[in-house]
Amino acid sequence: MLRVHRFRLIIQLISCGLMNPHIGNFLTGKIYRGELKNFCALGLNCYSCPAATFSCPIGAMQAVGGAANFNFSFYVAGFLILIGAIFGRAICGFICPFGFFQELLYKIPALKINLWRPLIYTKYFVLIIFVLILPATLTNFAGIGAPAFCEYICPAGTLEAGLPLIATHSEYRNILGELFTLKIFILVVTILTSCTVYRFFCKVLCPLGAIYSILNRYSMYTLHFYKNSCIGCGKCSKICKMKIQPNSEKVSAECIYCGECEKICPTGAIYLGIKNNNYRS
Amino acid sequence: MKKSLAIIFVAGILIWYGLERGENFYIFKKAVNICLECIGLG
Repeated sequence: MLRVHRFRLIIQLISCGLMNPHIGNFLTGKIYRGELKNFCALGLNCYSCPAATFSCPIGAMQAVGGAANFNFSFYVAGFLILIGAIFGRAICGFICPFGFFQELLYKIPALKINLWRPLIYTKYFVLIIFVLILPATLTNFAGIGAPAFCEYICPAGTLEAGLPLIATHSEYRNILGELFTLKIFILVVTILTSCTVYRFFCKVLCPLGAIYSILNRYSMYTLHFYKNSCIGCGKCSKICKMKIQPNSEKVSAECIYCGECEKICPTGAIYLGIKNNNYRS
Repeated sequence: MKKSLAIIFVAGILIWYGLERGENFYIFKKAVNICLECIGLG
């Protein structure tokens, strides 16, 4: 059985490269305008990033939700449900460039602290209010809503698109205001907290992570736990950076299938792969 | 596994319906222009 999580770092690097291959655009300040922008990326990747090939699914959801003749995107919702039902939060763990960025930040030597657990539910609030409701309800005179998550929160957009485009477009520098200050503040907070809390943004704010979390329990790729093989040593829970208990009755919504628990389990009671009938037995 | 497949089937219907409505054209139109809101100039 191929243990794909053992190649997680390589897959993350390849994913970043495939989602953002137009590196030259960082110098020219242009963005890719080809046909592949019809399709959504699997992870959080701003479509205004000069290097980006695909559309951001959260940006796309808000764009359609805020359109005058639509209030909700069935296409994007269906796409995310499809991906979530197959891979669950393995997308967060293997594919998402911003998740990978946070993992790199966590490697910086700094005090490591545990997140106050109730904060993980904030991302569902962000999803419902900023991604679904506000773009459809806060509309201008033309009936078009603004992408509230992108506009007020998304640090990935600030990092991948805001900073490079402002650096290459002097006309943008002339109209910087309070909103940009807010976004820079959120980006700085995200970067600093990611050095101390593993994947802070993924746990607390990411609406895409919220969607995949809901589907994590039903995904085809999942974490198998064989209770009869478990000796209760607790090594899996101790090593888990998402602070879940892999040796529990149900797959956690927070599990990103990084595979650390499987590597450390002394009895082989945990393994990651395609769901079979005995995946929790 | 059956639940996963049922969810995938429903997702397929949603995708089909969204494409019928022409949502992908709207996404494309938005994605090929610089999103001023995304870069903090909303």
